[in-house]
Amino acid sequence: MMWAIVLLPLLGALVAWLIPDDRRRTFVLPLFAFLHLALTLALLLDTPPPSPGGWIFLDPLGKLALICNSVLFAACAAYAVGYLNYRRNRPNRILCSALLVCLSAMTLVAVSQHLGLLWIALEATTITMAPLIYFNHNARSIEATWKYLLICSVGIAIALLGLFFLAYSTIVAKQEVSLLLGSLIGDAARLHPGWRHAAFIFLLVGFGSKMGLAPLHTWKPDAYGEAPGLVGALLAGGLVNCALLGLLRVYQIAAASTEGALFQEVLLGMGLVSMAFAAVFMARQSDFKRMLAYSSVEHVGILAVALGLGKGALYGALLHMINNALTKGVLFLSSGNIHRAYNSKSTNFVRGALRRTPWSGALFLAAFFAITGSPPFGPFVSEFLIVSSAFVQGNYWSGGLFLLFLALIFIGMASTVLPVVMGKIPGDIEKTHYRDTAHTVLPPLVLMGVILMLGVWIPGPLQALLREAAGQLGGGE
Amino acid sequence: MTSLADQLLVLCLLLNFAVLGTSRLAVSVRAVALQGVVLGVLPTLVHPFSWHLVLIVVSIVVAKGAVIPMLIMRAIRKADIEREFQPFIGYIPSLLLGALFTALAFIFAARLPLAPEHEGLLFVPASIATLMCGFLVLMGRRKAISQVIGYLLMENGIFIFGLLLADAMPLMVEAGALLDLLVGIFVMGIVINHISREFSSLDTSRLSALREE
Repeated sequence: MMWAIVLLPLLGALVAWLIPDDRRRTFVLPLFAFLHLALTLALLLDTPPPSPGGWIFLDPLGKLALICNSVLFAACAAYAVGYLNYRRNRPNRILCSALLVCLSAMTLVAVSQHLGLLWIALEATTITMAPLIYFNHNARSIEATWKYLLICSVGIAIALLGLFFLAYSTIVAKQEVSLLLGSLIGDAARLHPGWRHAAFIFLLVGFGSKMGLAPLHTWKPDAYGEAPGLVGALLAGGLVNCALLGLLRVYQIAAASTEGALFQEVLLGMGLVSMAFAAVFMARQSDFKRMLAYSSVEHVGILAVALGLGKGALYGALLHMINNALTKGVLFLSSGNIHRAYNSKSTNFVRGALRRTPWSGALFLAAFFAITGSPPFGPFVSEFLIVSSAFVQGNYWSGGLFLLFLALIFIGMASTVLPVVMGKIPGDIEKTHYRDTAHTVLPPLVLMGVILMLGVWIPGPLQALLREAAGQLGGGE
Repeated sequence: MTSLADQLLVLCLLLNFAVLGTSRLAVSVRAVALQGVVLGVLPTLVHPFSWHLVLIVVSIVVAKGAVIPMLIMRAIRKADIEREFQPFIGYIPSLLLGALFTALAFIFAARLPLAPEHEGLLFVPASIATLMCGFLVLMGRRKAISQVIGYLLMENGIFIFGLLLADAMPLMVEAGALLDLLVGIFVMGIVINHISREFSSLDTSRLSALREE
């Protein structure tokens, strides 16, 4: 059952590769995405016991990442049918197959309890994303792909060294190597401090560069800006969640050792720096897709701050992981539509989207309010939980800076988004044949509905899951 | 046996300098490939014989000594370039920095104790020094191929350390890591090919359309 959910998308990738017709191939994506979603739900309701050896098991943290990625992927896959219909000039065999391989790797990240296996899956997501970013095959996209590939490969290689250090610290401590999460957490306090310390630093840098925490975020604006909208959504939602899950595994081990507090302080610092970077670069951004990349830097910063605060903020952090991924989905899919409608992503040309593409424009606007933390959407709740936890803990500096950056980012983002959505349509505008249709509007609309729901009412089972997962990180109520 | 292992590790360190000091891409690729082969042989000197170990040795030697160099040489031939040109960090400064990093690696390594069976071996400093030299090549060179060579050097550094765990790590993890590396290099090869077609050069400093104003 557990292997089935990893292998199913791979089968889909094979099917997609074998279908010769570009138009028919696109339907493979939603088919397998929804099968994957159904299987995910079945696994959440009835979780199988750990595999022999304990490598594969779906614990609460893994469940959260899995359901979040599965929902996001399903939305992107449904959207892809409509989107690729507008891009019939480009062959999509590689895109469809790579998307499904990436889904398989993302699933493996969520279910693996062995850090070596988790690393392999994470590296696989990095590599499969490269051809997706390169979909447009032009000079700009190749530049973005190269930067992405190089920086993320190096980052993830550094994480591998961190893992080796961790494994070696178990050898030094008790003469027996293990990278199983359970045994690492159990022995965390006994591991050799020198090696453990080095391991945490390398793992933080490695996973941090993949997540895009400042100052390791430099690949992000390029990759997010040049990738097609649905790939951007998966990068900002799915891949960020995978890297975050890797970081959470390290966090679990750190919390069980004596070094938890130091690890948290570093995370808090990196989180605030990321938010500051985002606040500075968000302003006066003339490319609305690049702007979304800085928003992503901001939100991984928020996640890092929440992890750094710990305790009550952990529940908020996990809720924010879901909120951020889904809201980024809406932002990237709707901005992809606007990009198609104007054939440009420069704010000099793209104005008045609300009139030219009413649905996409409205969704983009609503998602902008959601992502900047306005009520009544989900991110408001999670950000509120995080900042109130900062004040409850008496960490006024962090809480105050957090609010200041949020305000600056709201202003910066508004100065780009509002003209794009509201402004007056320029007179000499290029004619394109994109019009909002159910195919390209319904998936982000459904996601937006979920975000709205999470803002006013979190279902009981999800609450219980979030609480269990926060408990895994050491955060009681 | 352990003294031979140490001599091989010193050879690895010397090969780093061969890469740092040359502008000829083919020389760099061969040096990295030789380093890969040395890496493949090393575990046989430190760990007792087992079939698991044989499999690892063979796969490392084949992947790092043959397949990866072949992929890169093909990219070099297709792009029709021979030399690095005007690197950001010159060859002499690179060598000096490399020496500095190697010295620092030894200081860093002295603070991390090894398990009794690995006592006195140079694995840790060799690993970190190679990693840093790889990073230096990655940052200091202009050509995309040189950057891939730097990345490979880093990977070799990480593998040097991984060898300490060679008989303890599950085979699946080793194989997976190696496979990821192979596919990664394969994809980089393709991207390099497209860069050279698109820009008619492999100079990554021309990849600057996406800079922040």
